[in-house]
Amino acid sequence: MYRKSLAYPYLIWAAIFIAAPLLLIVYFSFFKDGVFTLHNYQKFLEDYYIEALIRSIHLAFVSTVICLVMAYPLAMILSSRQMTNKEIILLLVVLPMWMNSLLRTYAWASLLENNGVINSILNALNVPKVQFLYGNGAVIFGMVYNFFPFMVLPIYNVLCKIDRSLVEASYDLGANKITTFRRVILPLSMPGVITGMIMVFMPALTTFLITRLLGGGKVILIGNIIEEQFTRTRDMGFGSAVSMILMLIVLGTLSFMSKKDSLDKGGGLF
Amino acid sequence: MKKWTKITMKAAIMFLAALLTGCASNKPSITVYNWGDYIDPKVNDLFTEETGIKVVYAEYANNEEMYATVEPGNVNYDVIFPSDYMIEKMISVDMLEPIDTSKLTHYTQIDERFKALQFDPENRYSVPYMWGTVGIVYNTKMVNEPVDSWDILWNPKYKGQIFMYDSERDSIMVALKKLGYSMNTRDKAQLEEAKALLIEQAPLVLAYVGDEGKGKMANEEAALMVAWSGDAMVMIEENPDLAYAVPKEGSNYFVDSMVISKGSKNIEAAHRYIDFLCRADIAAKNAAYIGYSTPISAAKDLLPEDVKNSEVAYPNEEMINNPLTEMFNDPSDLIEVYSNIWTQVKASNS
Repeated sequence: MYRKSLAYPYLIWAAIFIAAPLLLIVYFSFFKDGVFTLHNYQKFLEDYYIEALIRSIHLAFVSTVICLVMAYPLAMILSSRQMTNKEIILLLVVLPMWMNSLLRTYAWASLLENNGVINSILNALNVPKVQFLYGNGAVIFGMVYNFFPFMVLPIYNVLCKIDRSLVEASYDLGANKITTFRRVILPLSMPGVITGMIMVFMPALTTFLITRLLGGGKVILIGNIIEEQFTRTRDMGFGSAVSMILMLIVLGTLSFMSKKDSLDKGGGLF
Repeated sequence: MKKWTKITMKAAIMFLAALLTGCASNKPSITVYNWGDYIDPKVNDLFTEETGIKVVYAEYANNEEMYATVEPGNVNYDVIFPSDYMIEKMISVDMLEPIDTSKLTHYTQIDERFKALQFDPENRYSVPYMWGTVGIVYNTKMVNEPVDSWDILWNPKYKGQIFMYDSERDSIMVALKKLGYSMNTRDKAQLEEAKALLIEQAPLVLAYVGDEGKGKMANEEAALMVAWSGDAMVMIEENPDLAYAVPKEGSNYFVDSMVISKGSKNIEAAHRYIDFLCRADIAAKNAAYIGYSTPISAAKDLLPEDVKNSEVAYPNEEMINNPLTEMFNDPSDLIEVYSNIWTQVKASNS
């Protein structure tokens, strides 16, 4: 009894700040002036909304893959025993997160400008000007930059916890480095990889700030559409419906990923 | 354990009580909700110095954001600074408190032509604060031809050198004016034409910018940009190669005014604040700082020569009286159409 009561504050918190808003979103998306309607969901079927959704999934997926490809080797190097000063490198990975992401994205927006610092340096080196901003490339860059730590940390955690004796056993049984990685280390690190992928994919899917600042307002993702419904158009019904659709997609992705039974072995978040 | 709970509870209650008494201290205060970068920051301190009334100050980026914050009624701002069409809308949904202009000692200084405007014909709810026009800011080093028409924003020569505002109202206004229609049209066919025109323009546009566009333009990131006159003043001050023109097809002319929101508990103080901002020396301070145009001639006379004589901030009467220069009407009934058009335009190119 005593132990259970410790959970009450959280339960109350969850009811007020998670369950109630969620129910409100469901309500707003299905009811207009108190009458049940599917209008908000039908509206989403316009091709430009569907395109925005597909574009969001596409860009979020690409940035997740880039993050994974860069983060896994880094996490492996950091978790190896020979590594010294790994705290410093970990700190460098986490350090940018101490600063507000809005500020960091603003900074990139001016660094990458056509007449920005980076292009001025290129210019001094006689390299022709590159237009970094105002397109999908800049948006993917912004996502990778902002969400990279979320990929490194879970993988690093899982790799650190792998029992060394399993790796040694693999070598003893005659496996070479590649086989050991493929058959032992990689499967054991999957919970971290999946957590990292979810932690990168979800914020990338819903971002609206990065697209606006780095995409020059020309890359319209689903997050931008939701934001516009609430701040400018004041169409809460449609905004809620789009949020619901997005949540269903996230839920689908999560349940698909957690099918992998390796998740039970700990280190994973979901 | 129980003892500790009691102690923490007591501490929490004392803390809360301290907070509450802090709020309820008898020092009068008002809350003000204004556009970002739309006042000389020293002015609020001056007001507090003179009257002892504390100013709690918050900012918004556009009329729609302000409305979305204020409309649910759970935050109460005393003085707000909406634009013309937004005032019309707020009057129509009964969100404003009448202003007693007889209490405003400086009200008579406001030029007559800014009173009794279409959104508030009897001057019951609003007191004009600043006004301006929408036009094209261009870089004279990159644009050699005269800029006198919206057509230049569709000229393929300037591909990748054009900034448009990320605002459906202003961009659709540009397209409607180029087509020779009213910016307040309710005609769906005309709006469709404007949409097609903006989609045609999209490949030429470098970016749809917000407030960050000012700095980018001064930094010569692009050659042309649709801008408000006050922002143009600021940009030209930063980069003298920039110039501003209001196209001959006509444009938008706006007046941002001060209003008191319904249910305000500090109506007296709000009147004093509004009156303070109408005082010539204070209005001049603000106008000089933010670049927009003051509706008070006495304040205009106090401005530096180059601002006072600027065609950007104080265009000749001819431009203002041009029947093609319009004010926005409340677009509430069309807001969904506008938003759909704008989403399609921006999505057309990615």
